[in-house]
Amino acid sequence: MKGEVIFGVIVVLFIASFMYGIAANPDSEFGGADGQAGDVITEIDSDYQPWTEDSWINSIKFEPPGGETESLLFGLQAAMGAVVLGYFFGYYKGKGQSN
Amino acid sequence: MHIFEGFLPSPWWQLWFVFSIPVIFFGMYRLNKLVSEKRELLPLLAVAGAFIFVLSSLKMPSVTGSSSHPTGTGMAAILFGPAIAAVLSIIVLLYQAIFLAHGGLTTLGANVASMGIIGPVFAYVIYKAGMKANINFYVVVFLATAFADWATYVVTATQLALAFPAEVGGVAASLKAFLLIFATTQVPLAIMEGALTALIFKYIIQVKSDSLIELKVITESVLNKIKGAGQ
Repeated sequence: MKGEVIFGVIVVLFIASFMYGIAANPDSEFGGADGQAGDVITEIDSDYQPWTEDSWINSIKFEPPGGETESLLFGLQAAMGAVVLGYFFGYYKGKGQSN
Repeated sequence: MHIFEGFLPSPWWQLWFVFSIPVIFFGMYRLNKLVSEKRELLPLLAVAGAFIFVLSSLKMPSVTGSSSHPTGTGMAAILFGPAIAAVLSIIVLLYQAIFLAHGGLTTLGANVASMGIIGPVFAYVIYKAGMKANINFYVVVFLATAFADWATYVVTATQLALAFPAEVGGVAASLKAFLLIFATTQVPLAIMEGALTALIFKYIIQVKSDSLIELKVITESVLNKIKGAGQ
């Protein structure tokens, strides 16, 4: 139980820090840090354009049409991983108990 | 949060591929060897890969007012070493680059270097040093994986700073600007990742501790100590 309690405390602290973050940055939408890095690049070199804009490389990629599809694909990614994790722990826990 | 497509100009994106490709090949060689010689470890390999899948999909808000995601690669590095962690993370990076427009194919070399290689090397070195110093197993796992997560983003900031030196102050000034974004956002997330990984290791020890001994992750005496403590 000790491990779970420590983890629970850290989760609560994390949520508290997020609540503080909302209060401290009332205008923030909590966008991705990579987007902010893009802004810094524009600040350093205002002419910089991603050189792949017209490249064939974009044609082999799927561009999600919007935020909904993007969150679906992120959700799927998490779900695939979670299924494997659940299967593993369930299988070996059951196997251990039946022995 | 990986470097966007096209956001690394020449010669940087090529250089990071030159850095990453040999490690990936070495990792595939190690992976092949592991899978053919020790098939019973396959489930644990799947768990390490799945953990990276889950964690790198969770874009978590940070106290700084921005979001980023943990990496999950520290666990794979502790279990299988950094080279195999690199192969597992390239799968996730490819998925995100091709289907999610997150990261990129031209920046894949740089993103593998930060998330798949240098972060995991940190995890591996800290883990081995901590175990040698006889520190509590879970504390060592926490430290190794939290620092691996954090190091990943310090490397990302460095990669961008090298490619985009500021006009005033050069690379150092740029590094400061990028670190301010990535390193600070990542601190609470790294702590979460470390704590979660330590908890997962507790369950691995409960259900499959023989694999950990086979992989030489822990010794028999350490395992007995952990189990005796009944955590």
